[in-house]
Amino acid sequence: MSETPPNIILHAADVHKNFGGLRALSDIDLQIEEGKTHAIIGPNGAGKSTLLNVIIGRIPPTSGAVVFDGTVLTGKAPYEINQLGISRVFQTPEIFPDLPVLHNVMAPAFARRDGAFRINMFRSVESEGEIRQEAEDMLNDIGLHGRREDHAGSLSRGDKRRLELAMCLIQRPRLLLLDEPTAGMSRHDTNSTIDLLRKIKSSGMTKVIIEHDMHVVFSLADRISVLAQGRIIASGLPQEIKEDPRVQEAYLGGSVE
Amino acid sequence: MFSLSRKDLAALAVFAVVVLTMPLWLSPLGAAYPGLMQKFAIYAIFAIGFNILFGLTGYLSFGHAAFIGVGSYTTVWSFKLLTMDIVPAMIFAVITTGVFALVIGYFSLRRTGIYFSILTLAFAQMCYSLAYSVLTPITNGETGLLLARDDPRYLDAMFGAQANIAGLPQPTFLGSSVTGYTGFYLCAAILIVAFYVSQKIFASPFGMALRGIKSNQTRMNYTGFNTKPYMLAAFVISGMFAGLAGALLSITDPLAGAERMKWTESGNVVLMTILGGVGTLFGPVIGAWLIKYFENIFSAINTNMLNNFFSFLPDGLQNVVVTVLSKFVGEGWHLTLGLMFVLIVVFLPGGLVEGFHRLMARLKRRRGTPGGVTSVQPAE
Repeated sequence: MSETPPNIILHAADVHKNFGGLRALSDIDLQIEEGKTHAIIGPNGAGKSTLLNVIIGRIPPTSGAVVFDGTVLTGKAPYEINQLGISRVFQTPEIFPDLPVLHNVMAPAFARRDGAFRINMFRSVESEGEIRQEAEDMLNDIGLHGRREDHAGSLSRGDKRRLELAMCLIQRPRLLLLDEPTAGMSRHDTNSTIDLLRKIKSSGMTKVIIEHDMHVVFSLADRISVLAQGRIIASGLPQEIKEDPRVQEAYLGGSVE
Repeated sequence: MFSLSRKDLAALAVFAVVVLTMPLWLSPLGAAYPGLMQKFAIYAIFAIGFNILFGLTGYLSFGHAAFIGVGSYTTVWSFKLLTMDIVPAMIFAVITTGVFALVIGYFSLRRTGIYFSILTLAFAQMCYSLAYSVLTPITNGETGLLLARDDPRYLDAMFGAQANIAGLPQPTFLGSSVTGYTGFYLCAAILIVAFYVSQKIFASPFGMALRGIKSNQTRMNYTGFNTKPYMLAAFVISGMFAGLAGALLSITDPLAGAERMKWTESGNVVLMTILGGVGTLFGPVIGAWLIKYFENIFSAINTNMLNNFFSFLPDGLQNVVVTVLSKFVGEGWHLTLGLMFVLIVVFLPGGLVEGFHRLMARLKRRRGTPGGVTSVQPAE
């Protein structure tokens, strides 16, 4: 415990999740501090993605609740959770493959500005100069500006992931959830994604990252929680986690590279 | 607010010219009479509206003919009860269809994919059967809803405009009759407006959201869009277009029958849209014209006409050619249309509009290659 009480933006309190007889998550108590990057690591099948799905409202928890900045998220629709300021990057990129890359980035910006539903039939996308500029800047940042007119479905897998990240970032979410944002990326792409995530780290956005790649985790995380068999077995600063014997035993196989 | 991009403006101008000069370019094709050209315009409106739902959101409704029927009945009732003027008739038709679409859409949109299609089909068949049975007092059953000389027409009576001439009253637009070419130009003008509205929707953030739903509904939800009302809005707008088309059918020919709601009519508009090009601006219009042309002109070609046409061939050959071709025209027009549909779906999944784009691209490439500079594509 630090001396000044940290501002907890997200609190998963006493969350349990059973799938039939399988206990996917038990006794989860996770607190995410505002402005920090919090990594959740753990071996395959530890329940990392389930935890993320519970937070985002894709899967209802069997018991317990997730509270975001004073609002209970449990039972809310995905779009409502997004409108509260939570965006998510998926494990397999969820983009709009039939739309041009530029429109992929503009659509989330419209959702941020106009809310969950608006019939703005008499405006045109082309005359939305401000949002277009913002989207083009974002595409410049992630290096996809040259492909802005192409259909997003024609992008490479790594580019799709970066596009999805851009789609989340343009919403300027208060909390960004990343489910293995660099999986399937080359080392070069991974490093550029780390750089991008570092850049937004300074903007004060809170991030929760699920990641296998220890290089990514230790380059980005301020806090790490270790999940094993549906339980959080350790939580703390990266250095503490690295040295925690239980973590080394359960997950890191005795040593950390 | 009402402006269009330069490209859309050019498309609208071209479209307007093509529609208004229909009597000129349809005459060599033998279809330049107002009654048929009205149908061309009306079904184009129907298909444009259908495309807003199917083309943008990807939800395939198999019950859109119900809205044509509702629009028709409302129009005739407006003629019978209120006035022979077409403006209130059209307004009422669009509003009533909108309400119908809201109810049908609310329930149908609880399911996606094939279940959505089946639900819309079920609703449309229900409307069709009800029109023949329980709702006979409103629809006049098999006879169809007709005008009568002694209809009350309260608004007309109030303004003392009761015409006492012999025969049935005719629909009027601000006092002038809308038969013949006037009727066609009325439909043509409304078609151009409908095309413009569809252009506005295509280019708007609303249209972008509908395309997003077609492309990836999961991402739409996680991006903060509440997709349900978007779908419902698209469904209602598209139903209103169909209602307007139904109103125009009853305006140009003041009767309304349940056969307009038959499932084959719902299927027709699907064919029109796919044939022309799903999700394109021009596609549904082209598809509608093509099918209506086949239905009315191709089906009227008989053996005599073929014999005349091929009379330059030697006798034996002429007989063979005429015998073979006669299977494809006249009553066989469905065969030609079916073959064409199969060929287009297999080889041009994007419809005729895609075919046109491919052709243009090929021409451009051919013209561009010798120069060597114009056709350089960025490396992938």
